[in-house]
Amino acid sequence: MISGKSTKKVLLKSGRIIDPFSKKTFNGDILIENGKISKIGESISSKGKDYKIVDCKGLVVTHGFCDMHVHFREPGREDKETLESGSFAALGGGFTQVCTMANTNPIIDSPEHIHYIVSKSSKLPIDIFPIGSVSKGQKGEDLTEMLLMQKNGAIAFSDDGIPIQNAQFMKLALTYAKMLDVPIMNHAEDIYLRNNGVMNASSTSNNLGLKGNSSLGEAVMVYRDLLLADSLSSKLHLLHISAKETVELLKKFKKKNKPISAEVSPHHLYFIDEDINEFNTNLKVAPPVRSRGDRKALIEGIKSGLIDCIATDHAPHTIEDKETTFNDAEFGMIGLESCFGVVNKVLVKENGMSLKSLIEKLTVNPRKIMNLEADLFSVGCKAQITIFDPNEKWVFENKHILSKSSNSPFIGEDLVGRVKYVISKNQFFTL
Amino acid sequence: MLKSKHLIGLEHFPVSDLNKIIDTSFKFKDILQTESRKAILLKGKTIVNMFFENSTRTKISFSLAEKRLGADSINFSASTSSVKKGETLKDTVQNIESMKIDGAVIRHSHPGSALKLTEYIDGAVINAGDGSHEHPTQAILDMVTLKEKFGKIKGLKVGIVGDILNSRVARSNIFALKKLGAKVVVCGPSTLLPSDAKKLGINITYNLNEVLNWCDAVIALRIQLERMHLGRIPSKREYHSEFGLTFERISKLKKDIVIMHPGPMNRGVEIDSRVADSDNAVILDQVLNGVASRMSILYLLLGEGNIKL
Repeated sequence: MISGKSTKKVLLKSGRIIDPFSKKTFNGDILIENGKISKIGESISSKGKDYKIVDCKGLVVTHGFCDMHVHFREPGREDKETLESGSFAALGGGFTQVCTMANTNPIIDSPEHIHYIVSKSSKLPIDIFPIGSVSKGQKGEDLTEMLLMQKNGAIAFSDDGIPIQNAQFMKLALTYAKMLDVPIMNHAEDIYLRNNGVMNASSTSNNLGLKGNSSLGEAVMVYRDLLLADSLSSKLHLLHISAKETVELLKKFKKKNKPISAEVSPHHLYFIDEDINEFNTNLKVAPPVRSRGDRKALIEGIKSGLIDCIATDHAPHTIEDKETTFNDAEFGMIGLESCFGVVNKVLVKENGMSLKSLIEKLTVNPRKIMNLEADLFSVGCKAQITIFDPNEKWVFENKHILSKSSNSPFIGEDLVGRVKYVISKNQFFTL
Repeated sequence: MLKSKHLIGLEHFPVSDLNKIIDTSFKFKDILQTESRKAILLKGKTIVNMFFENSTRTKISFSLAEKRLGADSINFSASTSSVKKGETLKDTVQNIESMKIDGAVIRHSHPGSALKLTEYIDGAVINAGDGSHEHPTQAILDMVTLKEKFGKIKGLKVGIVGDILNSRVARSNIFALKKLGAKVVVCGPSTLLPSDAKKLGINITYNLNEVLNWCDAVIALRIQLERMHLGRIPSKREYHSEFGLTFERISKLKKDIVIMHPGPMNRGVEIDSRVADSDNAVILDQVLNGVASRMSILYLLLGEGNIKL
């Protein structure tokens, strides 16, 4: 657990300020008073003032990150994560806003459930926006009360974890959500083509004797969803895309400037199927990490802007759920705390993406998709600020994990770029 | 007399015929309010009412209209007929036709069944509702009600709320209103709205308050609760909260609007009791106008046309 300090008067001094909204970059200072940005400029004098001064020399000062795809397991599996423990994991990764998926127990499929998440989150140190389920009980049959759920704070709708297999139901969901102007986020994997696969279908899966999940399962359903959303002009968000075919499809459909968006998770940018050579269950994830070629296509996709944002799909599981055979282990991995070090290393350091562009994928882009305020560096705004060292090399270890669970394949990996401070909801956190 | 031989739908129905039916309806309404309530204008005419689908008010309304006009009418309902024994529509109808009839009123769950009937019989066919296609007599009685209330239909602003996509009442009303020069906005959940609004010449909105603030009259449609299980609406609660003519919504309006419903109503779902029973509601006028309109339709289609009213 980390603890926050007051932001009554904090002066961030001499940082490299990157504002992904106005697209301005400059060296300067930001003054925060009572949790709000009160001044931003090249130099703010602290003479005679009782500011808490934070030396940001060599550090980047930018918007707090926003993760539109996390699983906080509350209600139902508080042994894996709670809204509170998840908030600290988020802060640990520089995230000041997250959107929580609905596949808890019970499933978040009614206005009352949404209300529960909203009220339980109100005092936590980050903003939590619940995503409601598309179908009652995530059964893919009956629509949830989306209009009433939105009024209670639902930010979008997703049956994530379970694909919406019925195309007519998907069409109706996209149609219904049009009234709300929010995206439907489908976990696109055709359940029949997925064929109970536990890892990417490849020579590695053949060698390991593990059942393969073909990227066609994702591509077929993504194609269907894109066709539907395109014809209905509905908002569609593609979750955790993993396959090169999906990137190709995005290329085809995004040209028309329709409200179609896509996210990629850090692990799909970092790992490939060959990394599962020792049955490491922490690499068991849905959709699976795929081939070298898929990874390359995803990196190109996010660099070119076809893929809009990075989302961790933070999925905590207990040791018991992971310390078992590959077939029996649960799907998913945590990802908040390691996110920046991973994507900065892969995209900026190894693949030549600009840091500014990466920041957009973690801040303004997800906020725009979710209809959240994206202009965070205006005077008077509630301070949501992440300060990181873009060059620090570090090894990700258990001690860096603030989540209740520690199912991360990044443990022991060399990462580049590390979040140092976060300001969120009137509090200043040092990591 | 009318140009048309049958009344199948309003989409292609001549506007002159439509106006004539509406205007004549008022004369029959006057007659209905006299002591005798009768005008024996169809003496000797035989009309068969074929109801292949359940109906209460439409069936009674037609029967009554026929009786008031002095016609001989016979009723036929699918549940007690040889249709149950597997007889086809064609055979059923031709058997009835061979008994010499002058007109047939048909209600059937299949779109196009009224039109089909015109191939099998010589008399006039009146569509009393064919699936999700049309319900022209309902629309005509609604036009009569609107004209009675406002004096004219041209320029009227009418909102229709509910399942526009599957409703034969909505379709026929849209055709009638557009023909007569009214402005139409339809409102409902996006899953129950048609995608061809532009072609129909109507506007679409999801915001009921907007419609109510704009319109002179609103027609609430019956929401079929089985739609809930087809993924089109999530619950009665959400429908009522977002698309119901609630007392709260109506009482907040700055002007009076006329409230209509073709019945049967789901009180507490698409319309609150306090709204349905309020002074602004003309739902029971619609019922009486239904008899008058159907008398007008039957008279103009089956009558000799030489009797002055």
